[in-house]
Amino acid sequence: MLDQLARLGRSGLDYLASVGRAHLLLLRILQGLSDMLPRPRLLIQQLFSVGVLSVMIIVVSGLFVGMVLGLQGHYVLSKFGAAETLGVMVAASLVRELGPVVTALLFAGRAGSALTAEIGLMKATEQLSGLEMMAVDPIKRVLTPRFFAGFIAMPLLAALFSAIGVVGGHLVGVGLLGVDSGAYWSQMQATIDLHEDIFNGVIKSLVFGFTCTWIALYQGYDSLPTSAGVSRATTRTVVHSALAVLGLDFILTALMFGE
Amino acid sequence: MQIRSVEITVGAFMAAGIVALFFLALQVSNLSSLGNGDGFKITARFDNIGGLKVKAPVNMAGVRVGRVSDIRFDGQSYEALVTMTIERQYNTIPDDTFAKIYTAGLLGEQYIGLEAGGSSDYLSEGSELAMTQSALVLEEIIGQFLFNKAGEGVKPEGETP
Repeated sequence: MLDQLARLGRSGLDYLASVGRAHLLLLRILQGLSDMLPRPRLLIQQLFSVGVLSVMIIVVSGLFVGMVLGLQGHYVLSKFGAAETLGVMVAASLVRELGPVVTALLFAGRAGSALTAEIGLMKATEQLSGLEMMAVDPIKRVLTPRFFAGFIAMPLLAALFSAIGVVGGHLVGVGLLGVDSGAYWSQMQATIDLHEDIFNGVIKSLVFGFTCTWIALYQGYDSLPTSAGVSRATTRTVVHSALAVLGLDFILTALMFGE
Repeated sequence: MQIRSVEITVGAFMAAGIVALFFLALQVSNLSSLGNGDGFKITARFDNIGGLKVKAPVNMAGVRVGRVSDIRFDGQSYEALVTMTIERQYNTIPDDTFAKIYTAGLLGEQYIGLEAGGSSDYLSEGSELAMTQSALVLEEIIGQFLFNKAGEGVKPEGETP
């Protein structure tokens, strides 16, 4: 009985300790900003591996999500004789929800896991300790550029996803199913609000970018320096990021769009 | 060379992302038709505004000339005080204009329709529209219709004996 109580207490303390380590790491990453700004090349290098290399999967999935929305939306809306509002449905669901959320999930799988594995391996092969031996702070040199690269890349990727998706919906709705092109755009423009819909979508993707990159970096930095430890950390990154994104999305949606 | 190609692709990526944001702002949202709140404010009192909401369009002859910018309840007269922002270019609307709340379609959103009067004085900042007509509330119309129907049914019975 006491043993079990002790085990519960220990897991609770471990959890709290890891939350504390994650926040300390975040603080040190943010403190590295002043050292990173004079060396933009580090950031550009990371923007390439985090952002540019994710563009392909984002563009392709955005196109297909938009086309599926066009097909399914037309099926439901035409039953009510409201096929002309297809543009509103496609754009609203992409800009408000699917754009930020699906981008964040893909980002966690494509870039987050890579970040964790890279940092975990750097730790396992003692490259981080090597940097420290050379009096270079590994957090400022390695983690800070990666964090800001993720933070900057996510809203851009989400915007790309939404824009391509709207075009994909147009492709299917107008090209295939015969919705009027003018109605598609004008109904969309009449309903979608710049502040309420698009800015809130960008805020969402900023929050997701922050969270996903933070989780990925923390898991990599905190992983056990063995192959099994790195593999477990990579799995945890994807799982925790997905859960965090979906949970945060609910809270953000309730705050932004709930009345 | 290697670094340079990385920099170029990152630049292209960021440009593409920003272009996508602009595309969303200009092509998808209502930025181009906002009017930016630039205009003069007029008020009108309604007995009942139904489901009218802030930002609802204000139309004249079917053309949008402004938006509803504020809705308040007047505790003195028990009326709804609706403030509308009319775009500055429409500065020749007569001051005896009639304001009426319409519904777009059977179940659509509600908007204010203005019908021009004959006065030679024009509306300006702070003017109040004196003549208004409330929204049609579907339940009241149905209630009235049923009441009339019931009345018709009773009359002949009362007259015959």
